[in-house]
Amino acid sequence: MNGLLKWIEQRIPMMRVANMHAIQYPAPVNMNFWYVFGFLATIVLVNQIVTGIWLTMSFEPSAERAFASVEYIMREVDYGWLIRYMHSTGASAFFIVVYMHMFRGMIYGSYQKPRELLWVFGMLIYLALMAEAFMGYVLPWGQMSYWGAQVIVSLFSAIPVIGPDLVIWIQGDYVISGATLNRFFALHVIALPLVIVILVFLHIIALHEVGSNNPDGIAIKHKKGALAEEDKTPYKIHEYYTDKYDIADDVVPFFPHIVLKDLVAFSIFLAGFAFIMFFLPEMGGYFLERPNFEIANPLKTPEHIFPVWYFTPFYAILKAVPDKLFGVLAMFGAIAALFALPWIDRGNVRSWRYRSGLHTWNLIIFAIVFVFLGYLGGTPQADWKIVASQILTVMYFGFFGLLWIYSKNEKTTPVPERITK
Amino acid sequence: MSNVSVDAKQSATNEQPQSSNRRKFLTVATSVIGGVGAVGAAVPFVASWNPSAKAKAAGADIEVDISGVSPGQLIRVMWRSKPVWIVRRTPELLQSLESIEGQLRDPNSEQEQQPAYAQNRYRSIKEEYLVLVGICTHLGCSPQHLTEGAFAEYAEGVPEGFFCPCHGSKFDMAGRVFQGVPAPLNLVVPPYQFLTDTTLLIGSDA
Repeated sequence: MNGLLKWIEQRIPMMRVANMHAIQYPAPVNMNFWYVFGFLATIVLVNQIVTGIWLTMSFEPSAERAFASVEYIMREVDYGWLIRYMHSTGASAFFIVVYMHMFRGMIYGSYQKPRELLWVFGMLIYLALMAEAFMGYVLPWGQMSYWGAQVIVSLFSAIPVIGPDLVIWIQGDYVISGATLNRFFALHVIALPLVIVILVFLHIIALHEVGSNNPDGIAIKHKKGALAEEDKTPYKIHEYYTDKYDIADDVVPFFPHIVLKDLVAFSIFLAGFAFIMFFLPEMGGYFLERPNFEIANPLKTPEHIFPVWYFTPFYAILKAVPDKLFGVLAMFGAIAALFALPWIDRGNVRSWRYRSGLHTWNLIIFAIVFVFLGYLGGTPQADWKIVASQILTVMYFGFFGLLWIYSKNEKTTPVPERITK
Repeated sequence: MSNVSVDAKQSATNEQPQSSNRRKFLTVATSVIGGVGAVGAAVPFVASWNPSAKAKAAGADIEVDISGVSPGQLIRVMWRSKPVWIVRRTPELLQSLESIEGQLRDPNSEQEQQPAYAQNRYRSIKEEYLVLVGICTHLGCSPQHLTEGAFAEYAEGVPEGFFCPCHGSKFDMAGRVFQGVPAPLNLVVPPYQFLTDTTLLIGSDA
């Protein structure tokens, strides 16, 4: 057995990679509840890929057959209902864990130098995930699939000059049609999953290069020779890290310590996931919207059109602006602002534990604004809601504006040298 | 032996500038030709996203018989898989179109949302018959036709109009957009012509 492992290792660096990226990877010892969501996102990604492959075995990507083939999966394929609900619940679960993961990055300053590129890769994953989720939602070819696609594709018509032709090119027809469905299917099952998997790989490689942040937002890797022997970690850490740095006694190896902690979170997550999947797969119309149980009809718009809940904050921003082009710009600007976060925040203290009270409140209010925008974007139109979403849109961008202003000369408290136990 | 190898090295160094220029030229030339090839290879992939011959054929003109449309009635037909509305407007309705012009964004149809022959108050060839693409100019939903005062709930004093359920855009009975709604433009009037008094051809002009 050892001989075989050695034979393999001399030909491909299996154990070296496993040691470097898991068994001997230095993870901060104070990683808390907020640090489970990256792991959970990976698990959900695997779930989406596996259940997705199984769904393609019975799904028929055509305007004539798509809706009926989803009914077929639900009613006639053995466990088809289970696999489909795993996939549809997984889509919403993906966004829940990704939003938590992003907020973690925001409160502990995980986007700050030297982790800017890590954050940008994460944002690219988020963007690809939104495209993936949108196209996936079109596939069952229900009323909300059709009209949701209509609204999202029409966003491109706001682009001056080329807009209308671009829309026809995207649709492959003068309207959303079977041609659109088929290309979205190809992108949903092949192109975007590949892109997402590659981006996740890059995200993890970038993470391991700069090292994991932690709730104190301080470095666990110190300059070579900076630490006394008794301050260094007693654990076996891979030479890749110890050759370049002194690793403080603030770390544990990622495997098994962090993985086991993540597995506890995973079991709790799984309980919630299973509960929703078995008892509330539609989540009261939030995970699977009711009009989608009716086949797409190009001549009849449903009374209310909403995207699925994870897009509604941005949808509310779109609706808040009474001008088409500027509405679209505001919506994409809301995402672009997140991309630029590492450069908008001019501070050099990462964690909110050691930053000003203003920063803490700014973050909390931002989270509330985001949730409330989501509510406004996902419920029927009303006059007060337009005003409310306009105020909240200003507050959304206000978060970034304020951050840029106060982070330059922010009053912070002293940051500890070593991780606080 | 060692002398030979030094000489060989020397001569190689001496030739370096010339060979490096040739190499640079070859690198650039190969990159340019390769780049042209890559762009050329991308053409079919980009072009295959255009509407297919079948989709183009399905987008052909349609003939509509309107002899059975009674005053006040709206009929829907499909043109390029889009809903096209044909409304036979009553004289009272036509009269009311003038009085609400203060509430409209583009009452004189100055934006090119219609063929030149429909750039009038009624946005039609014949006053009586309104022909519109029933797709909201905001984000492509299909507005609802609200009559008998149901529209007044959304626009005070206007008994009839089109209301988009997606984002609340409002249009009058000539497809003209109201102020203060997300839709920027009047509804589109497709190209059309009367073949006879009761037959419409939608999709091309006279």
